[in-house]
Amino acid sequence: MQERAIFAGFGGQGVMSMGKLLTYAGMIEGKEVSWLPSYGPEMRGGTANCHVTVSDAAIGSPVITNDATCLIAMNLPSLVKFEGDVVAGGVIFINSTLIDIKTDRDDVHAYYVPANDIANDLGNLKVANMVMLGAYLKVMHPVKEESVVETFHKLFTGAKEKLIPMNEEALKRGADSIVIA
Amino acid sequence: MAVVFQKTKGLTDKPFSYCPGCTHGIIHRLVAESLEELGLLDEVIGVAPVGCSVFAYEFFNCDMHEAAHGRAPAVATGIKRVHPDHPVFTYQGDGDLASIGTAEIVHVAHRGEKITTIFVNNAIYGMTGGQMAPTTLVGQKATTAPYGRDAALCGNPIRISEMLATIDGAVFVERVAVNTPANIRKAKKAIKRAFEVQLQGLGFGIVEVLSTCPTNWGLTPVESLEWLEKNMIPYYPLGNFKSPKEEK
Amino acid sequence: MAKVLMKGNEAIGAAAIKAGCKYFFGYPITPQNEIPEYMSRELPKVGGVFLQAESEIAAINMVYGAAGCGVRVMTSSSSPGIALKQEGISYIAGAELPCVIVNISRGGPGLGSIQPAQSDYYQSTRGGGNGDYFHPVYAPASIQETVDLMQEAFDVADKYRTPVMVLGDGMIGQMMEPVEFFEREPLKVEKPWATNGTKGKRKPNIINSLFIDPQALEDHNHRLEEKFELMKKNETRVETFNMEAAEVVCVAYGTTARIVKNAIENCKKEGIEVGLIRPITLWPFPEAAFDEISDTTKVFLSVEMSMGQMIDDVKIAVAGRRPVEFYGRSGGMIPTPEGVVQKIKSILGRE
Repeated sequence: MQERAIFAGFGGQGVMSMGKLLTYAGMIEGKEVSWLPSYGPEMRGGTANCHVTVSDAAIGSPVITNDATCLIAMNLPSLVKFEGDVVAGGVIFINSTLIDIKTDRDDVHAYYVPANDIANDLGNLKVANMVMLGAYLKVMHPVKEESVVETFHKLFTGAKEKLIPMNEEALKRGADSIVIA
Repeated sequence: MAVVFQKTKGLTDKPFSYCPGCTHGIIHRLVAESLEELGLLDEVIGVAPVGCSVFAYEFFNCDMHEAAHGRAPAVATGIKRVHPDHPVFTYQGDGDLASIGTAEIVHVAHRGEKITTIFVNNAIYGMTGGQMAPTTLVGQKATTAPYGRDAALCGNPIRISEMLATIDGAVFVERVAVNTPANIRKAKKAIKRAFEVQLQGLGFGIVEVLSTCPTNWGLTPVESLEWLEKNMIPYYPLGNFKSPKEEK
Repeated sequence: MAKVLMKGNEAIGAAAIKAGCKYFFGYPITPQNEIPEYMSRELPKVGGVFLQAESEIAAINMVYGAAGCGVRVMTSSSSPGIALKQEGISYIAGAELPCVIVNISRGGPGLGSIQPAQSDYYQSTRGGGNGDYFHPVYAPASIQETVDLMQEAFDVADKYRTPVMVLGDGMIGQMMEPVEFFEREPLKVEKPWATNGTKGKRKPNIINSLFIDPQALEDHNHRLEEKFELMKKNETRVETFNMEAAEVVCVAYGTTARIVKNAIENCKKEGIEVGLIRPITLWPFPEAAFDEISDTTKVFLSVEMSMGQMIDDVKIAVAGRRPVEFYGRSGGMIPTPEGVVQKIKSILGRE
């Protein structure tokens, strides 16, 4: 198994965190992992993205060029920029609250998740990324959902501990939004 | 027999490499005597510059670093941060400190590094053969200012002490000269005081010493002393620009 | 110790502190800023000193001062900043002081870009400053290797009284991978030359690179040369991979070597055997690895994130025994495994 996922959105949407959580969870499971962020001016209010590889075998290049198994697009520019990098038969997750078009690709599976709407329902727009991650984990299984929850407990400590229930709920709501035919 | 004069232990037996009449030798002695009198020779670490005093590490009888041109204050910072309890000094000329090393001297003062800088200003590049320095006076001839320094072309001479005195971290700033016995005594007092300020942990201290360069000025040693008095002191007024508060 | 997930830049800082480095002098530049940020946070906790200098030039000269006092000290920067540090590095090499310099390199020339690049090969391995000198250059390919080599770098610096460079690219600096810190006692080296005050018990110590007498400088250069030969003998590091029946042998270092490994797997699927020589030290360059080449090998291919710099060393090492080809991307463009495979096929005439 080798999952090569691109998480992309604009700064503040938590795309780096999504990728880190997945990476961390993979490490907990003893898998080979790498997380490679975009950096520099791109990060200053522009689009942000990270490349996450989770693998059973040693990882060669941490860079994902045109061989992504999966794209998680949180905004329109991210979908436009990266949809061509997904392999045929790969999967694209689209934040349908902010992206009102469909993917041009007809050789991939696309899931449309109203992540911001669901997060709004939960009363915290900031967890839209976790909604998306929940949806992603329901379809793709590079790591178990429990490992992500375990990661919450490792990363959210002290004052941040109170955020755990909300994030868990967001993961669950994201997963529930997916109906697998 | 009674001892009427003894060379300071702060200097090695190595003969100075300075030209006849050059006042670097006097300034070396003042620094060395101050270190000896304050009992610092066993602890002090000095930093030599690039310029005529490039061999200062052979003359001062203490641990020394030779620095790249202008970088002595940065080197001294590294030393002081490792050895906060050791006195540290730099000895720099005007090309070194006032030209290529302006960033380093401004920021060593700005950080209030607890070091002492001896700044020898003789209004010329000596070692390289008499080129114009940032401190060369208007009208003064140099090998790269053969018609005399033209302020319209290259600005007016820079006054380092006045500039550094504006910086909070510089707590002791004084300009002295070594052209007369009286001035030499004042210079010694200022240098010693600058080291004391360092020992008290108050901040950065600098003593600017107006010095001569008979060789590159094209004057005899005596004429040089007179030239310093007549031309340099009016533009670079002597005196204390800054002292720790309790002294005032 | 359990594995932890760390960004390369932070792992570099953590490894340095593990190696007993207590002093850091640096200046901000992308993509290495997490190193000074980490050190400013962590060094005070271990009784160390972090100082943000006014420039890269000042920073390396602070390193020179601290190193002369005999402590473990480092600085970090990225390509244009390293160029500014070359003055100080030359002085440190000349005065024979130990220190570690990390270069998280980026594209050039000039302001270039901030994306990963390997166009600092010359500046790193050819003594970027003035004079006859070399210093070890480590080129890690993963965060784990970065951490291990950082600890090694401090030991080698002390052992040979030399500056040592750890050369990563933006990818090494920015990416996160699991790392494990192995307990490793820093090499203990006496430093009787250090300036810490004579205490009235010894002659003054002088830290210096000036030898005005030509004979004295030539003697000094000969002594340095002996040291370089010793480092060549003892400190050369290399990884070789899939060399036995290789038709093509790629030469690549750092993150590029990982991309090449992917390409090698892809070639294997198509029945083409490709080997890899991965220099872990760029200086000393692992020339001996080129002497043990299989008869099946027809050609060498230098793969770099530059317009071709390491290829010079590859040609020197191959010494005309085989042709040497080049494949590179630059400016922050990263070679793809497909690109490498295509180049290999084109060299072999199997497109």
